[in-house]
Amino acid sequence: MNTICVVGASLAGLLTARALRSQGYGGRIVVIGEEQHRPYDRPPLSKDFLKGAIGEADLALEGEDEEPGIEWRLGVAATRLDATARRLTLSDGTSLAADGVVIATGAAARTLPGTEGLAGVHTLRTLDDARALRADLATARRLVVIGGGFIGAEVAATARELGLDVTLVESGPAPLAGVIGLTMAQALAGLHEERGVRLVRGVQVTEVTGTERADGVRLSDGTHLPADVVVAGIGAVPNIAWLGDSGLELGDGVLCDEGGGASVPGVVAVGDCAAWWDPAQGRHHRIEHWTGARQRAVVAAATLLSGGTARPEPARPAYFWSDQFDVKIQFIGHARDADTVTVEEGDPAGGSFLAVYRQGDRPVAVLGVNQVRLFTRWRRRLETAPVQAG
Amino acid sequence: MIPACPLASLPRGEALRLDVDPPIAVFHTDDGEIFAIDDTCTHQDASLADGWLEGCEVECPLHASRFDLRTGQVDAPPAKRPVRTHEVVVEDDTIYVVPSDAPPNLPPGVTLKEQA
Ligand SMILES: Cc1cc2nc3c(=O)[nH]c(=O)nc-3n(C[C@H](O)[C@H](O)[C@H](O)COP(=O)(O)OP(=O)(O)OC[C@H]3O[C@@H](n4cnc5c(N)ncnc54)[C@H](O)[C@@H]3O)c2cc1C
Ligand code: FES
Repeated sequence: MNTICVVGASLAGLLTARALRSQGYGGRIVVIGEEQHRPYDRPPLSKDFLKGAIGEADLALEGEDEEPGIEWRLGVAATRLDATARRLTLSDGTSLAADGVVIATGAAARTLPGTEGLAGVHTLRTLDDARALRADLATARRLVVIGGGFIGAEVAATARELGLDVTLVESGPAPLAGVIGLTMAQALAGLHEERGVRLVRGVQVTEVTGTERADGVRLSDGTHLPADVVVAGIGAVPNIAWLGDSGLELGDGVLCDEGGGASVPGVVAVGDCAAWWDPAQGRHHRIEHWTGARQRAVVAAATLLSGGTARPEPARPAYFWSDQFDVKIQFIGHARDADTVTVEEGDPAGGSFLAVYRQGDRPVAVLGVNQVRLFTRWRRRLETAPVQAG
Repeated sequence: MIPACPLASLPRGEALRLDVDPPIAVFHTDDGEIFAIDDTCTHQDASLADGWLEGCEVECPLHASRFDLRTGQVDAPPAKRPVRTHEVVVEDDTIYVVPSDAPPNLPPGVTLKEQA
C-alpha cells in the first residue's frame, strides 16, 4: 500500500493513523477532517471544559512530540466514496484515490425537529457546540435538558455546578436506565436530585416554545417549563449519509466484520460510525465510547494492513466512564444480558458503591460509583474472562 | 530520602500511595522490581496506585492511558505527558524513595498543596 486515506480527524482517525505507523506502515497517510480543528477530546466538552475548569489547549489529543508524516486536510469533508475503486470525492471539489480507506466519521448529535433557527437551543458534539453552549449558559438562569442519556446527565450536572436552575426531562423511568438498567439508574437519579437537579420522568417534550429565542419547553402532560437555554441530549446518529452510494453495506453504522473490515476489501471503519460484528452478542452494534475507539483502532489498522487476514483477538466488553458532579461513574459490559444485579460494596444512598450484574452466576457487567480501585479489579476480571458465545 | 514501607508489607503486584506533596505511588512488579512515580495521572486527577499493574506498566484506572514505570512515558491518549519518576532504594528491608528534583507534570486543575 502506498496511500491510506483516513476520513474523520478525531479520536478514531488519529489513533488508527498512529496504529498504522506503529504497525510498520511507511507509506502516505492523508487524514481528511470536516472540522477545522486538529483532533481534540470530546468527553470534557460536557464536563470540565463546559465548567470552565480547562481550556481549549487542554483538549488536544496530540502531544508535543507528535510523530510527523501525516498529511492533514482539515475543513474539508468527504462527500462520496467509490469503495471498489477506493476513490474519495471531497467537498472542495477534488478527489483522491487510495489503496486503503479508514472510515472514522463518528456521529452527529440528533437534533429536535422544529427547533432549527431558534436561538438558545443546543446540542453538544463539537468544540464549536461547546463554545456556544458555554457562552449561553454564562448569562442564563434556567436550563432545561431534554434527554437523560450520558451527555444530558453530564450537562445537567455541570450547569448545576455553575449555579443554574436545572431541570432534566427524561421520557423513560430514569436517566441512563437504557444502559445501566432501571435499579441502578434509580440510585443515580437520587444523586442528581440530592444535588439540586429537578428530574421530570416518564414524559415527552412536545414543543420548544419561543419565537426567535427559546423561552421554555412544553411537555406531553401539558406542563410548561420556562427556560433561558434548552439542551437536547437525545442521542447521536452515525455520520454515514455520505456513504449512501459507496457500495458499502450500511445499517446503524458501517457494517463491519469482527476485525473492522467493511463489506468491500481495503476499507475499514472504526469508532462511533462503525458497527462491528460482535460474536458474543450475535449482532452488529456500534460502541459510542472512548475506549471502544481506542481498542478498535489498533485492530482496524491490522485488518487493513494484512488485507483482512489478521485474526483479531476476541472483542472485550465495552468500558466507559462518566463524571457527574463529584461522582465518577464507571461501567463495563452489557446490563441487558443480566438477570440479577447486586450491590457488593458501599451503599447507593451513600454515593459510593459497586454493583455486579450477573446472568446465572456469570458476571456480565459491573457499575462503579466512586469506587475506582475496586472497579479496576472487576474491569480486568471481565476483560480477561473467556468470551462466551451468546 | 523518604521511607515508604517495610519491603515485606508491599507484596508483588501491589501498589502503595505515599501522602507526600504531590503524592507518590510505589509499585512492586510481578517480577520483583520496585518503582516509584508521581501518583497523580498527568491527564486528570486519578490515583495511579489504584490503576492496573501489568509488567512494567501501570494503566490509569480512569481512562486507561498506560505509563511505563521505568521511564514515565505514556503510550496513548488521553494522557499526553509523561509522569515523573523517582529513584527507589531498598535498605535493611525497607523501601525508600528519593524524590526527583524535576518539576511534576500535574494535570490541569491540580496544584501542589503548598501553592494552593
Ligand atoms: C460531549 C461528549 C461527552 C462524551 N463523554 C464521554 C465519556 O465521558 N466517556 C466515554 O467513554 N465517551 C464519551 N463520549 C464519546 C466519545 O467522545 C466518542 O466515542 C468519540 O469521540 C468517538 O470518536 P470518533 O473518532 O469515532 O468520532 P468523533 O469524535 O465523532 O469524530 C468524527 C470526526 O469526523 C468528522 N467527519 C464526519 N463526517 C465527515 C466527512 N464526511 N468527511 C470528513 N470528516 C468527517 C467529524 O467532523 C468529526 O470531527 C463523549 C462524547 C461527547 C460528544
Ligand atoms: S485520568 Fe488518567 S488517563 Fe485520564
